[in-house]
Amino acid sequence: MDEPTTLTETPVALAGPGMENQTSRVSKRSGSTSPSGELWWRKRFRLAEFLVEKLVTAIAFLSFAFIVLIFAFVFREAAPVFSSSREITPVTSKPAEQETYGEEQLGDAQRGALTREREKTPVEQTGEGSATVRNLVDKTWQPVSSQPKYGLLPLVIGSLKVTIVAVLIAAPIAIFSALFTSAFAPKWAKEVLKPTIEILAGFPSVVIGFFALIAMASFFQNAFGFEYRLNAFVGGAALSLAVIPIIYTITEDSLTRVPRVMTEASLALGATRWQTALFVILPAATPGIFAAMLLGIGRAFGETMIVLMATGNAAIVSGNFFEPVRTMSASIGAEMAEVVFGDTHYTVLFLIGSILFLFSFTLNAIVEIFVRQRLMRRFQGQ
Amino acid sequence: MKTLRQKLFGLSVPALSALCAFVIVLMVLLIIGDIVLGGWGTLSWEFLSGVPKEGMTAGGIYPAIFGTFLLVVIMSIVGVPIGTITAIYLSEYASQRSILARVVRFAVNTLAGVPAIVFGLFGLGFFIQFVGIRMDQVLTGGVQLKWGQPNILWASLTMALLTLPVVIVSVEEAIRAVPRELREASLALGATKWETIRKVVLPNSITGILTGAILAVSRGAGEVAPILFTGAAYFLPKLPGSLSDQFMELGYHIYIMSTQSPDVEATRGIQYATTLVLLVLTFTLNFAAVFLRYRIRMKSIR
Repeated sequence: MDEPTTLTETPVALAGPGMENQTSRVSKRSGSTSPSGELWWRKRFRLAEFLVEKLVTAIAFLSFAFIVLIFAFVFREAAPVFSSSREITPVTSKPAEQETYGEEQLGDAQRGALTREREKTPVEQTGEGSATVRNLVDKTWQPVSSQPKYGLLPLVIGSLKVTIVAVLIAAPIAIFSALFTSAFAPKWAKEVLKPTIEILAGFPSVVIGFFALIAMASFFQNAFGFEYRLNAFVGGAALSLAVIPIIYTITEDSLTRVPRVMTEASLALGATRWQTALFVILPAATPGIFAAMLLGIGRAFGETMIVLMATGNAAIVSGNFFEPVRTMSASIGAEMAEVVFGDTHYTVLFLIGSILFLFSFTLNAIVEIFVRQRLMRRFQGQ
Repeated sequence: MKTLRQKLFGLSVPALSALCAFVIVLMVLLIIGDIVLGGWGTLSWEFLSGVPKEGMTAGGIYPAIFGTFLLVVIMSIVGVPIGTITAIYLSEYASQRSILARVVRFAVNTLAGVPAIVFGLFGLGFFIQFVGIRMDQVLTGGVQLKWGQPNILWASLTMALLTLPVVIVSVEEAIRAVPRELREASLALGATKWETIRKVVLPNSITGILTGAILAVSRGAGEVAPILFTGAAYFLPKLPGSLSDQFMELGYHIYIMSTQSPDVEATRGIQYATTLVLLVLTFTLNFAAVFLRYRIRMKSIR
């Protein structure tokens, strides 16, 4: 064997059992290792090789570090909400309104001074932690006013409404299209549909948002006579365009992974193609479809630009899907650029971001740990 | 044998699924058609090479194109090496069952699922408020705010983070497509593992790395949410000259022009044309990536 001179050689003793471990691991993974390869792994400890491997591992580990950093820093900026040393709004919303329109109604200069003081140094207000949390579940989101209110309820409802619309539109279309590709479609149709999905997935969200804002909103208003041009339904419909590729791709993937024997058994028993598709292939791929839906929901919930442009951005609490809504993500996108660093509004926006992050993280973890493993087990078991 | 109900289903299930597929194709065509028709009239060389004029109601979008270009270049310089090395780790070094590899894989998948706006928040909270402010304290004693504010460097780094999973997934696929025999031949000749990776695996997966970079650029050029408050500017007459400058960006320009512009109707043409430019840009990149990926798959089949 020709040894590169730059590499350090060290006695066998250094290699030790750890190296052996590595050898067996390598050989297991690559399936077969040449005998000479086994030899040099056992014999020599190479410093350069060792360092490179550690460096590569360290850099790969960065991805994990980034997740931790995102956790740490998004939560760090949101933390003051819970520390109770800083209150969100001083009292509940009703007395607060009085303050806005005139402190003379309250009648004491002390109150006015308190208000001014609060605006400058909110840290000095202590001890109303419960009021803080209570105000966060309030029904008014009015962060930019002389008497700001940070009720998250309208934003949460807005996000939910848009997500529900988006998933309700996207899921059937995407799942049936995936079924079409894997069960019924002639070859040419597959060759049209798959690149089309890739194109759809490649649309920047701002382009979909723009299309929804200009074309879709007007079309829907003319077609259905909506009172508001931009509303939760339009936003959700636009959002479904971004969700369809995700649900389609994962569903199609899990449909094609359904073992051929199952399909063939079903056909051999006399089932027709649609029966096989609907009652054999589709149920077998349920965990995959479930995963697809979860990831679709995650995407819809966190998507910013589309909802920012197409939902009208009015923070109102209502069950009507045809009224404008303001979602959590859109609030961050629209308001973060104008807030003062470190003030309450900034903190609350970061809190919203933390919620979005936690939500997507949870969905992803469910998909990763629960669904994928189950899907694997189901298919390998059969 | 077949009952009427079966016949009905036998027709309607395939028909319904075909209809859904058709709806998708139709929507894509509608979007492309609408934007091409709307933007074609305004598109001209002056539009591509000029700066916005008269309070952004006329003129071109050159600063936005340049800003987008600079953004994706810096992003790639940072993101592609990290992504490639992570992919090398996942495919060459890590055993599939090791906990570390699973942690990395989980992190990559999680990173891919984090909403874009959260990346923006992270960029603001970490790069600007944490790193930037400290850089200012060290460099200027905190007197002058230079790095502790939105700029193109922080925006690019944020975007690099967002596009990292794209690079990793694509490069890993390409590395795995390199035939095992090549690696074994190299190892059998006495090359070390790292030499094998450097001289055999990487040169053979260079198209994959390129694909990853292109897909990342396409994604980065299209995302707006992460740069909303990490560096994109409403209007800048001059191009960014240093890393601590703000910049204009195509996607952000579309957003601003179509929602915050003083006269939204009057600038409709500009909005459409800007969208068309962005769409053409991302499409070209995506098609290039698809083509390269097709070539990799052909090679791995052979």
